Formats: sequence, C-alpha cells, structure tokens
Amino acid sequence: MSTKTKGNVSEFVLRTPAVGPAIALVAAVVVFSLTTNTFLDSDNLSLIVQQSLVVGTLALGQTLVILTGGIDLANAATAVLGTLLMAKLVVGGVPGTVALVTGIAAAVAIGALIGGIVTGASLPPFIVTLGMLTIVTAVSRIYAEGRSYPVTDDTLAFLGTRQYLFGHVEVTVGMGLALLMFVGAWYALTKTAWGKHVYAVGNDPEAARLSGINVRRTVLSVYVVAGLVYGIAAWQALGRVPNADPNAFQMGNLDSITAVVLGGTSLFGGRGSVIGTLVGALIVAVLRSGLTQAGIDSLYQDVATGVLVIVAVAVDRFSRRKQR
Amino acid sequence: MGRRGSIGRGAAALTAAAIALMGTACTSQKAGDTGRGNADGKIKVGLVTKTDSNPFFVALRDAARAQATKDGAELIALAGKFDGDNEGQVAALENLVQQGVDAIMITPSNSTGILGAIKKAREKGVLVLALDTETEPKDAVDATFATDNLAAGRSQGAYVKAGLAGKEPKLLMLDGAPGGTVDEMRHRGFLAGIGLAEGDSKIVGKESTNGDQNKAQQAMENLLQRATDVNAVYTINEPAARGGYAALAARGRAAQVLVGSIDGGCQGVQDVKDGKYAVTVMQFPKKMAEQGVQAAVEFTKSGKKPSGFVDTGSVVITDKPVPGIESKDTAWGLQNCWG
Repeated sequence: MSTKTKGNVSEFVLRTPAVGPAIALVAAVVVFSLTTNTFLDSDNLSLIVQQSLVVGTLALGQTLVILTGGIDLANAATAVLGTLLMAKLVVGGVPGTVALVTGIAAAVAIGALIGGIVTGASLPPFIVTLGMLTIVTAVSRIYAEGRSYPVTDDTLAFLGTRQYLFGHVEVTVGMGLALLMFVGAWYALTKTAWGKHVYAVGNDPEAARLSGINVRRTVLSVYVVAGLVYGIAAWQALGRVPNADPNAFQMGNLDSITAVVLGGTSLFGGRGSVIGTLVGALIVAVLRSGLTQAGIDSLYQDVATGVLVIVAVAVDRFSRRKQR
Repeated sequence: MGRRGSIGRGAAALTAAAIALMGTACTSQKAGDTGRGNADGKIKVGLVTKTDSNPFFVALRDAARAQATKDGAELIALAGKFDGDNEGQVAALENLVQQGVDAIMITPSNSTGILGAIKKAREKGVLVLALDTETEPKDAVDATFATDNLAAGRSQGAYVKAGLAGKEPKLLMLDGAPGGTVDEMRHRGFLAGIGLAEGDSKIVGKESTNGDQNKAQQAMENLLQRATDVNAVYTINEPAARGGYAALAARGRAAQVLVGSIDGGCQGVQDVKDGKYAVTVMQFPKKMAEQGVQAAVEFTKSGKKPSGFVDTGSVVITDKPVPGIESKDTAWGLQNCWG
C-alpha cells in the first residue's frame, strides 16, 4: 500500500519536473518570511513578481527553444533592439501602437531568421544565435546612436504604469499578460499536437522524423514563436524601466537560461515545462529580494544564485540517469 | 522503487541546498517593527553602484562601509551586473525601500532610466543621494555628491596647453562612451581648457574607447596610422591613457607626445610617476561616499536634508608642474589615490 503511494508520488515528480523547483520556491518564501520582517508583505510579493517579468518572459521563449534541444543566446539582444525601435520611433513622431507593433515584428523577424538558418543550413543553434547576438547588439548600438531613449508614450509604458489594487495587492497589466502567456504556452505544449511535436523533436529528432513529424517546420515555428515572445518581453521591459537603453540586459540571455535551468527544464531538450520556468524566474527574484531584506550584499546574492544553478542541473542529471 | 525514491531525494537535496543558502538570512537582526524608524535605532543606508567590478565603485563601497561603521550605521551594498543594468538598479532600489532603509545612495547607470524607482523611494520618505553621476533632471534626487567633471576636464586641458609651451596643439582624443553624461562633460571641459572649439582642425582625430584599455590601444594604433605628427592626447580615464600610451610606445613616439588623463586610481598615479603620461586629474570617490553617508546619518537623526550639487573636488597630479596650474606631485597622489 504505502509502497504504491510512494511510487505514485515519485512518478508524479518525475513526470512533472516543476515540482522540485516549486518546493524550493515555497521553502525560500517560508525561510525569508520567518527570518525578516519585511519580506512577507503584499507590496513586496507584488514587487517580486514585477521584478521577474522581463527575465521570466525572455525565459519563456528560451524554454521553447531549449525544449527542441537548442539554445538562444540572442534573446535579450533581440528584446533590446525591440525596445529601441519602439522608443525611438515614438520620438520620431510615430504613434505608440505602430511603434509597438514594429518593435514586436522586428523580434519575430529575427526569430524567423535564426530559425531559418538553424533548420535551412543545419547549423548548431549555439553558433547561429552567438553570431546573431553580436549582430543584433551592434545594430542596436548603431540605431541608438549611442543614446538611450526615455519613453513618454502611454502605450509603450502601459504594462507597468497601469496598476490595479486587489485588496492591498498592487497588480500591473504586465503581470496579467505574463500569466496569460505562461498559461497559453503551457496549454500549447501539453494539450496540442504542436506541443507534442516540440517535445518529440527535442527528445530524439530522428525518431520524431520517422514517426512523421516535420522536424524542420516544428523547429522553425518554435524560433518564430520565441521571437514573438521576446518582442513582448521588450514591451514588458519598457513597462518596468521606461527607458530604451542599448546597454541594457547584457546578461539577459544567461539570466533567462538560469531561470529555465532552475525550473527543471533539461538543457538536452525534450524534458521540462514552462511552469517550471516561471517558478525558476521567481526563485531568482525571491533570492535577490529576500537576501536584500536580510541585509546581504549583492555579490553574496550572486554566489547563492550560482550555487543554486549548479545544484539544479545536478538534480536534473541525477534524475535522468536514474530514469534509464 | 528504490531508484524512483532517489529522484524524490534529488528534489529534496535541491530544497535543502536552497534552505542552507538562505540560512545566512538568519543573521539579520529581528527588529520588532516593519519599515522605517527602526526600533533598535540602527540607521540603515543602502548603496547601489553601477557594478561591483570597477575599482572606482569598489573604493566607493569600501569607503561607505568604513564611514557607516564609524557612525554606527548599517550599510547594504547592491549593484547592477554591468554598466547599463537599469533593471537591476531599479530592483535594487525597490528591495532596499522594502527593507526599510533610511537613505539610499546611488550611482545611476543611466541618468533617466531609474527616475521612477527614485520617485517612489522619496515618496516613502527615503533620502536619495546621487554619487559620482548626476540624474537628469538633477533635482530627481535630494542631493548629488560628485566630481565636477567639466572642471576636471578643464584642468586636464589647461595643463596640456601649458605643457605644450606655446607649440600649436595637434590633438588626438580618446573619448569614453558616446552619449555618456560624464564622458561629454570631460570632453567639453578639456576643449575649453586647451582653448579649442569642437571641430577645430587642430583636433586631428577622436575615437570612442568606452574607457577600455584594449579598445583605447586599438583606437590609438588606428589614429596614429593616419596622423603621425600628433603632440597631445586627451584621454577619458586612466585605462584609456594606458592603452594610448602602449600604442605610442610601440611606435617610439611616447616621448614626443603629451598625454593627459583623469581618475586618480593608484595605478594611474603610478603611471604618471613612471612617466607614461604627464598628468592625471584625481577625483575622490572616498569623499563622495563619506559625505553621502554622513548626510544620510544626519538626515536620520535630525531630518535635515542636504540639497543641490556638492563638488567633491579634483586635483591635478603631475611630477612636471607647469606655471599657472596648481598641482600636487605623485608622492601626494600615491597617498591619496583610490583602488
């Protein structure tokens, strides 16, 4: 009896890689709530979510790419170019909505380009996105002419400035949008044929091909969708910091990979979930906030985050080995 | 069953590690209240620098820590991950306000990027001081403690002019980052000091280096390729001066060219002593930090706010003094340098 229950529980954990990270997140929240007076407070919990929005959204796109066995080093650079397009076009007199759509479209185009090269020329995503990171960063700097562009337009800053109070909790439109995107991605990955194809391609592209899946089209579609997600990340970024800066988010690609890994998604592809990624992004923000509440300097906060990443990957490796 | 159980243990290990890491949190004091006006009377000051890596900010942080300890205050030092990490600085500001600090000192990566977070902090009664770099507009913060970079640039320019002793300048300029506030002030100040207008034909070339030694060396190599008869070089900071010197020395031109710089880091002063470049204009991050912490402590005790721009000064450091320019030698420089 008890053995059976135990088996079910561990099977659940195995099938749902987000459970481990979720336990870690809850543990972190409990520990910080007990040890500091300022952590557990509706304002602060709202802040933590707001602080996770941009990296969380970047990590959502990153998760899709990593599930196919790829990696995207250019995601944050793409979003930065998006913010610059949006903000600078508005300065030039273009209406906010048009600028917004242009910025997002540029991100989609970059995604399509990366996906096209990866699938068309069969080049490793690491190399393609490394090259694209360099190109897009340079294009951003050229386009920005060495300046940053403060955002005055309401549409562009909308996700962060429009706030509602639920009881005492401050909720921004950006938080709602992010939730919607994560739920949408979760649905698409787990309940649709496309989602099953994404996992299959990541697990074993050859087996996927033999079972009739169009591997190239699936991978290409993932990079295009990821581009769309990065475009929206650009919008989220302007909601958080209403200033498009070509020097921003230089570590955004690695930060997003950190969130994905902490969320239990395997860097080898085919295994993981976007809910785990959401949890992973929250863990990083909870650590930063909680350790600051405890009066700990940022360098030690970085040490803590780094250790967690290694532990998370070790857990993933460990569980995979045991699976076989 | 056994193998599956170990997966559960894996997840447990992750959790345990997380808890162990956060155990450090237990060292914080448990005051009986939340927010400002700490019951135990301990004054809390937050510091948010551009990065944790630049020696200038390390000097700033260490001096702030020392002053805080002296005044019986607690300092929490946070930083962006890189120059331009506005999102990181905003999160740091938010977390410090939530923590209940009485004052925040910040060196903004971007003069406008963090204004929203500063406004929210001030609305909650936190004193916000800018160190080293001004915000735009300046009155977004309560007060600024910084080098007057226009004056520092002017000193460098005036020294180079005097050092040329009447010779016509043929100038190369190793600039910082395009569009940087501090970078442009130093550039403009230098031109005012040497008495040249922007676009003058005596400015033989200029190049952005981002204040990076390797980029400066490369820029200088390229500039020397097309301008062989230069006699004066402006540099945004000491790493740029070192890069410029390396390129000049490789061509055997170092002795004929007068190189000026700004910063006052210990390595820079040593370079001046070694004769690599003629002059550096020292700034005083320690003063910025000390005066900032003192102002924060004063505010917490008496409610008195500092205001406006507080110039922490700059001093010309050289072993070859020129008439009409007040300067100190490198012996004094090595005693007062930072980093």
